[in-house]
Amino acid sequence: MDRFLEQLKRVDIPTLIIFLFLVALFVLAAFTEVSIPSLLSDSIRRIGMNGVLVLAMVPTIRAGTGPNFGLPVGIIGGLLGALISMQLGLAGFTGFWVAILFAVLICLGIGLGYGWLLEKVRGQEMMVGTYMGYSVVAFMSIMWLMLPFTNPDMIWAIGGKGLRYTLALDKYFGRVLNNFLRFKIGGFEFPTGLLLFFAGACFLVHLFFRTRTGLSIDLVGQNERYAISSGVNPNRARLVAVVLSTVLAGVGIIVYAQSYGFLQLYQAPLFMTFPAVASILIGGASIKRASIRNVIIGTAVFQTLLTISLPVLSQVTRGDITEVMRLIVSNGMILYALTRTPKEAR
Amino acid sequence: MEKLKKILISYAVPIAFSILCVSAVLVAQIPPIFLASEIVRRLSRNTFLVLSLIIPIIGGLGLNFGIVLGAMAGQAALFFVVDWKIKGLVGILVACLMAGAISVVLGWLAGLTLNRAKGREMITSMILGFFANGIYQLIFLFFVGSLIPFRTKQFLLPEGVGLRNTVDLYGTVASALNNPWMIRIGTVRLFVLPLLIVAGLCLFITLLFKTKLGQDIRAVGQDMHIAEVAGINVNKVRVIAIIMSTVFAAIGQVIYLQDIGTINTYNSHEQIGLFSIAALLVGGATTRKATIWNAILGVVLFHTLFVVAPSAGNRLFGQPQVGEFFREFLAYAVIAFALAMHGWRAKKILM
Repeated sequence: MDRFLEQLKRVDIPTLIIFLFLVALFVLAAFTEVSIPSLLSDSIRRIGMNGVLVLAMVPTIRAGTGPNFGLPVGIIGGLLGALISMQLGLAGFTGFWVAILFAVLICLGIGLGYGWLLEKVRGQEMMVGTYMGYSVVAFMSIMWLMLPFTNPDMIWAIGGKGLRYTLALDKYFGRVLNNFLRFKIGGFEFPTGLLLFFAGACFLVHLFFRTRTGLSIDLVGQNERYAISSGVNPNRARLVAVVLSTVLAGVGIIVYAQSYGFLQLYQAPLFMTFPAVASILIGGASIKRASIRNVIIGTAVFQTLLTISLPVLSQVTRGDITEVMRLIVSNGMILYALTRTPKEAR
Repeated sequence: MEKLKKILISYAVPIAFSILCVSAVLVAQIPPIFLASEIVRRLSRNTFLVLSLIIPIIGGLGLNFGIVLGAMAGQAALFFVVDWKIKGLVGILVACLMAGAISVVLGWLAGLTLNRAKGREMITSMILGFFANGIYQLIFLFFVGSLIPFRTKQFLLPEGVGLRNTVDLYGTVASALNNPWMIRIGTVRLFVLPLLIVAGLCLFITLLFKTKLGQDIRAVGQDMHIAEVAGINVNKVRVIAIIMSTVFAAIGQVIYLQDIGTINTYNSHEQIGLFSIAALLVGGATTRKATIWNAILGVVLFHTLFVVAPSAGNRLFGQPQVGEFFREFLAYAVIAFALAMHGWRAKKILM
């Protein structure tokens, strides 16, 4: 019991509030006519869908450069990979893995450039990252109109030039992970492949932080001077962290898109960043430390909250209050993390 | 020669932007008279908002993305002025007073928040803006008409709760500041009253930095620790700087909206932060240094490009959309560039 209380004291107040709110929503759901199994399967699907994007926050936080607010930079790489795979006309798992392959290759390149820039602006990474993300998305919006893609499924029917706002993936790699080994128990659906992929990604990142390079990233994030004195090159460690984060963002958006069934271009990448940052913070991370556990807990809590609040709250209030709630919860959480006095290692 | 090089480097952004503007104007082939009238109008409409950014920059708080809080206060006040059917200049005055009162509170809260996040004020003020946007939507989508009385049914959603996407000011306070003392030169209309108000704010800022408070703000901006040692209450000075910025932003938003004539309930305030900051930076300001002239030059340059970009994009690529994305890209890129320079310099000082 004492240990439990001790654990409880360490939990952030906002996380606690969100958790209690979630419990209250479930209690409320039990009294309304909402089907709980379908809510649960929706939640689980969304956890797998967003998980890899949240995972992308881990490397940069651990390297001491804060959450990767430049997530759209990596997302763009992922979108390019997916577009190339579609242009080649590949379907099913081939399409998916080819998309991942191209995304990783492109993100490696972009990540090196982006990491180089962040190194130049040490101390302002979050702000520069945010605006790099915005600029890249605006720039790529022009590119989506100009790039020479020719697959008629992808470009505007009229004019024959420029990619559409959303591209349907059914004929390509839509839901391949979700449907892999999927099983049903009553109204409850379990997307095995999707969760396996997320778990695999988490495990790989976990393994990476056990290697020499991973440990040196940790060391740089905790104490740069100590890291230098133990023979670690901090610039290189941070660069590796940024590249890894960018690659994860690229892979993450492909996982997201295949589960959603649509590839969203133009402004859409911008709306991925803040929920991802908020998720990991809700999971107990701070802007200085984060673990895989934070990713899993945070994504689970935040996505479940978003999934069940819509049907449950719409029975109590009118109109869609969830969008507003999402804004307040995610930004409130980030604001809390930015303004609290740095807590030491735990 | 050395000197010329130095000038070129420190004015690199405005010079590059001027070249871009001139070429875009040439490509777009916009009639000069039309361009002139648009710019004069935008000068009277947007400069006040851009000026509201200057005080926190000098106070060392960087770009105050939190001016959207002020903009929200300005909008909120206008909703009620419209609802109470207060017309003309009186309406503007009531709106400014109300917006001022709300934004003093908001600015105070923002200042306290930023004091807890020293060294990362900009990202915090930006997130604060997003957070406040959530609260704003909560109030105006769900509370207006239910908890907060609102009589004008035509502005409410069909269920009678929540404001519609657009609230128009025609018949109440639209152009209330523009109409008196308007001077016509050919087809160019000069709105003297808003321009005078802008001049008033310029004068206020100039005089402020001659007073004790202004000197304190400058001292805090140069070095917080030295200012602390010199006996300045650093936290208090920073809060005051943010409050002033928020209040001016609120008044600026009122001026802006009376010119536009309709309030885009859930969008008008969001773009304000981005475009005001981009304009100031285009005018040659940095995250640590800004003058009134940066603001004015910035508004002229940025809005020239704003007016001509779609038609330039259309001429060059056959798609007006390209021009629109391009000007958006420029706004973001200018900010990203300025922030990168800021980080780069800060790093050099550390080493």
